Amino acid sequence: MSINPRSNPVDRTALSVAFTVGLYGAAFGAAGVTAGFSILQTCLLSLLLFSGASQFAVVGIMGAGGAAISAIATATLLGFRNALYGLQMAPILKVNGIRRILSAQITIDESTAVATLQENDSDKRRGFYITGIGVYIFWNIFTYLGALGASAIGDPAVWGLDAAVPAAFCGLVWPRLKNKKQFIISASAIALALLLTPIAPAGVPIITTVLLAVIFGWKK
Amino acid sequence: MTAIWIAVIGASMTAFLNKYIGHSVPEQWLDRPRFKRINTLVPIVLLSALVGVQTFAHKKELLIDHRLAGVGVALLALKFKAPFPVVVISAAVTSAAIYNWF
Repeated sequence: MSINPRSNPVDRTALSVAFTVGLYGAAFGAAGVTAGFSILQTCLLSLLLFSGASQFAVVGIMGAGGAAISAIATATLLGFRNALYGLQMAPILKVNGIRRILSAQITIDESTAVATLQENDSDKRRGFYITGIGVYIFWNIFTYLGALGASAIGDPAVWGLDAAVPAAFCGLVWPRLKNKKQFIISASAIALALLLTPIAPAGVPIITTVLLAVIFGWKK
Repeated sequence: MTAIWIAVIGASMTAFLNKYIGHSVPEQWLDRPRFKRINTLVPIVLLSALVGVQTFAHKKELLIDHRLAGVGVALLALKFKAPFPVVVISAAVTSAAIYNWF
């Protein structure tokens, strides 16, 4: 397969998404090191976990002194949407064995989004793989650069890194808030988490908000 | 093994399972309206909770400091449809300016 962004609109969309999203990897790399992860641990999260919101959650919770189990549980719940993307993509990709394993690893928000924008199955596959592999490459390169950069810095607050992390979370949640009800749910989750912060162990206030998702999502 | 290593390896394994399950189970297993509704809300509540805690918490204390100014600017940038790097960098610059000069 040859990639030609000049003449092929699918390639153009896929590559521009891959590059822009890949840049966020630098914010994650910096966040990982700021939270007390080594460069290796930070890079392994991008290589192995490879799902932005879950990665930020792991370093956010561990950095605040949470237990590994809270971090794993929160990351797992955040990653469940990838299972739904896999469900959408499987009948289009039709792959088995090692190809299915590799396709699963790059099943994320962006690859699925670009794929579902295309009209026919062949373009959907093309969009999925170019975006997925592209994000994977750029995300990992920029994670490493961000981690290197942050490890050269002493106090993260001097560079505003302690505000960059919640700002990154804002950027991840904002596009998901599409109506008034979702804004109210978002505000309730913030309130509940802050209410629990002084009394519950770190990480617990965050995972507890899943109850709100169940309550608000139970009925239409 | 330290807690961080357990978190890195554990979360990576469950993340892959999530992705692989989707490619491997029959569609009707996960294709339920209630499940989908709840699942749309899960990232909203978890990410919002993370915004709150990372902005206001310091260990078990809640406080208002330079971080809130940074997050405020980030929200403003999002309101004006700024791209993600602009959101993050404007928050960092604002927060750092207040932290260093006040």
